[in-house]
Amino acid sequence: MSNPGFTHLDALESESIHIMREVAAECKNPALLFSGGKDSIVMLRLAEKAFRPCRFPFPLVHIDTGHNFPEVIATRDRLAAGLGERLIVRTLEDSIKKGTIVLKSETQSRNVFQSVTLLETIAEFGFDACMGGARRDEEKARAKERIFSFRDEFGQWDPKNQRPELWDLYNTRVHPGENIRVFPISNWTEMDIWQYIEREKLVIPSIYYAHEREVIQRAGGLMPVSKLVQPLPGETVIKKTVRFRTVGDITCTCPVQSHARNAQEIIEETAVTRITERGATRMDDQTSEASMELRKKEGYF
Amino acid sequence: MSTATQLLRFITAGSVDDGKSTLIGRLLHDSKSIFEDQLSAISRTSEKRGMAAVDLSLLTDGLQAEREQGITIDVAYRYFATPKRKFIIGDTPGHEQYTRNMVTAASTANLVVILVDARKGVLVQTRRHTYLASLVGIPHIVLAVNKMDMVDYAEARFNEICTEYLAFAAQLGLHNVTCVPLSALVGDMLVERGDNLNWYQGTTLMDLLESIEIDHDVNTTDFRYPVQWVCRPQTGEYHDFRGFMGRIEAGEVSVGDEITVLPSGRTSRVKGIVTYDGKLQTAYAPQSITITLTDEIDISRGDMFVKADCLPTVAKEFEAMLCWLSETPLDKNRKYLVKHTTRTAKCLFSSIDYRVDVNTLEQHANPTVNMNDIAHVAMKVQQPLVFDHYQRNRAGGSFVVIDEATNNTVAAGMIV
Repeated sequence: MSNPGFTHLDALESESIHIMREVAAECKNPALLFSGGKDSIVMLRLAEKAFRPCRFPFPLVHIDTGHNFPEVIATRDRLAAGLGERLIVRTLEDSIKKGTIVLKSETQSRNVFQSVTLLETIAEFGFDACMGGARRDEEKARAKERIFSFRDEFGQWDPKNQRPELWDLYNTRVHPGENIRVFPISNWTEMDIWQYIEREKLVIPSIYYAHEREVIQRAGGLMPVSKLVQPLPGETVIKKTVRFRTVGDITCTCPVQSHARNAQEIIEETAVTRITERGATRMDDQTSEASMELRKKEGYF
Repeated sequence: MSTATQLLRFITAGSVDDGKSTLIGRLLHDSKSIFEDQLSAISRTSEKRGMAAVDLSLLTDGLQAEREQGITIDVAYRYFATPKRKFIIGDTPGHEQYTRNMVTAASTANLVVILVDARKGVLVQTRRHTYLASLVGIPHIVLAVNKMDMVDYAEARFNEICTEYLAFAAQLGLHNVTCVPLSALVGDMLVERGDNLNWYQGTTLMDLLESIEIDHDVNTTDFRYPVQWVCRPQTGEYHDFRGFMGRIEAGEVSVGDEITVLPSGRTSRVKGIVTYDGKLQTAYAPQSITITLTDEIDISRGDMFVKADCLPTVAKEFEAMLCWLSETPLDKNRKYLVKHTTRTAKCLFSSIDYRVDVNTLEQHANPTVNMNDIAHVAMKVQQPLVFDHYQRNRAGGSFVVIDEATNNTVAAGMIV
């Protein structure tokens, strides 16, 4: 007989667990990228489902830009400690000191430079596989990326030369120096993530829920006021009730106006929204039609 | 909002001329899965290219090179949901690399929508798509007779095409075919019925996608459990815990069931089915679980748990239909790797029996196998595989071939 009450979330969850176990079994030295954002918190729960009662057969790794929201970093540390798993943090500051990242200004967006520190971290620990929480519904370049995405020695993604991926038979083989990025939640959508957060009662940083915040109206979006983002001449600081749909660098992540104070209310809001997740919130994706693709070719997630 | 919805994966087959992109665009649009910023981005691009109307096919063109050249390179995945189901569309391009891309997208699909132009009827490519769908064993086929507006919504024309198609499908042993007349451009019979096809008694395409029964798309009878990973915490309360982690690929298993471990053939009983959310009495495909056994026997990744009443084949030789995916042709003198379930072994091709012309379905005794070729081969593996015939159990009969020198995936295989 078939499985009674098996929902799409169960199907997605089982697929993700299967992928994580394949990574653990076939890769020599994998890592799970964990930022404290909502998608990586879902990844953490999936890893618990995949490996408990064992410990995770990989460390958690965070590439910290130094421009993250403090609530997110606090959640990152609390969750990693609560699970008793090893958390490796490498900062862009390390790369800046080494001279491998050269910033034009202190307030410049640091998202794009994460690739440099990530590649340095991969080399430092010799990781052959890094699991990340990217989803195909986020962006059009990601819609075409494999679940097991092969990267050359420079961490580059070649979209025209991807390995065919059939059934659930993943090719995990790499030569020394090469690595793969693995995206276990490729097939999840923003809605699936929120439904899962609600179902699993996951604790996520408070800034994902509606709160009052000082913002500036800029380039068609709302910019959160912080030490790094101050009003320019002619701009005024206003107070709005907002939430973050995605969380990246504090200098390029915009909140949306919302009164949704819990996962259920966000699910209802997501069901009727007419703007994509990254379209509403990420300045770093809007610089050109192919921004994400170009960054991925440089080794970005 | 209820989360008790099923997941359906489908692909569309047909060229741009058949209105494939328009159909996908309309399914996304009418189910409110296209967002305003996406729509404004593609309107800008349409305008830049001097097009009069918004080209919905741009939605599915993901990469810079594709947008520059106006072609689609690879398989892209699209998502939409209705209150009844969540859908994953494997969107494949219609040009020369079609076989490779369609086979890739088809490998995980529950259903394929094969598009034909009502004016042109069943073409060579329709037969090709249908043959590939049968080869990869897609459980459900929908023949979408599009552009009905161009033939005055004529019932006779629709019936003529269906009759011809069903006869062809029957030759391939396909009986799970549903025909739907529609106009993707106008929107008739996609999400809404419209006013032009009142003679048609069946459901709209969307209704069909939402309601077609998919519970038995996986094999629900022959228990197959490839071991992925062995969990041995060796600490505290779990000091003696040995859990065999994996996903049930077919059938079901309950606590107390006697199982056989292949290829060793040793038997034991299921002591517990462990999950993060608690212990289960019974688990079904495709759940990911952890099984504990009553006996201490030597088990590692690559072994498979089965039940004695439905045993798979354990052998070092088998025959398969192969879809070659690599630009480098098959080299009979070389050894490759085969990845089948959780087992990887060295393999070689002992014979290449024939190649199938996907347009005419004729068999050619031709020893070269190039990219996009479908061939019948005999294979030998270094260690025994535990397998089923693909048509009986997709997960138990599928494999990929890897070139050890480049680490590329060079072929997809289906055991016959």
